[in-house]
Amino acid sequence: MTSQPPNTPPQGSHWYDAEAGPLVRPYAMTGGRTRPGPTSVRFDFIALIDVDEGALRHGEETALGPEHRSLIKLCRIETQSVAELAAETDLPVGVIRVLLGDLLELGYITVRRPVPPAQLPDEKILREVIDGLRAL
Amino acid sequence: MDSARSDRAARPTEDALALKILVAGGFGVGKTTLVGSVSEIRPLRTEEQLSEAGQTVDDLGGVDQKTTTTVAMDFGRITIRSGLAVYLFGTPGQDRFWFLWDELATGALGAVVLADTRRLQDCFPAVDYFEHRSIPFLVAVNCFPGSRSYGAHEVSRALDLDKGTPVVLCDARDKDSGKEVLIRLVEYAGRMYTQRMLDGAEEESEVVG
Repeated sequence: MTSQPPNTPPQGSHWYDAEAGPLVRPYAMTGGRTRPGPTSVRFDFIALIDVDEGALRHGEETALGPEHRSLIKLCRIETQSVAELAAETDLPVGVIRVLLGDLLELGYITVRRPVPPAQLPDEKILREVIDGLRAL
Repeated sequence: MDSARSDRAARPTEDALALKILVAGGFGVGKTTLVGSVSEIRPLRTEEQLSEAGQTVDDLGGVDQKTTTTVAMDFGRITIRSGLAVYLFGTPGQDRFWFLWDELATGALGAVVLADTRRLQDCFPAVDYFEHRSIPFLVAVNCFPGSRSYGAHEVSRALDLDKGTPVVLCDARDKDSGKEVLIRLVEYAGRMYTQRMLDGAEEESEVVG
């Protein structure tokens, strides 16, 4: 658990420093929206996000806000999970979900939901995971 | 969007696959240490609405005026190969973040419940949680220096675990030890899911017969 800055800073003291993180209320970046738009997709922590290069040609994203752009940039490097995008951009998952909802509505990204474990007992994959862990 | 998804579902082998493993246990039991020893660990913040949770969670003392709360947890990724990754999530310790557990547990392959024999009772809630939701889990006893060592059997009995739930002794600081815990969990989860599939098939054939 990392300690959070106190809700009410002591008068006259500078509790905010580099370690306090960005001094913008996180949902300011989403225009105050706390839920994704009408696509109403609930992005799982490990839903995988890809940029749809067919829909979003290079350079086109300049019309988007900086947070949207940084998400696209990360997804262009490789497929990213929602949790990774949040960790990487240092934004709360809730904010990432709203931003991704925007990008999904614009058709710029594709989302792959995680495979439910009930459909998972694919032994080959679990074997691969075990071998992969051994090789770490 | 929908058509794109079904296209992908039609060729699952080409899909990137993400698996989720939870690391639970009481405060200070070594969850962060374990996630960090086997993966590149990063802090993850999630800001969640508390309003819905308020209906199901009793202990909201002091936060009932808040509609959102920020929860920090540990998050790590282990890349098995291109297109196959295991994500580890250290569950937040406080009881009032149970609502996050539900979100984390959805679709989880399995869970590691870390235990400290000096405070075994700290992991009761996690054991209960995973037992009730039939999520495969094992108990990993983090062997702190200076704590009396107990056998796996003793711990299993003290926690009143269902028969078959593995108990392993580990050192959360040690990468190899952490790896072994995860391997045991994946093996166990695999057996559980296979068993469930067989049980399901049996029931179906009984109905048919």
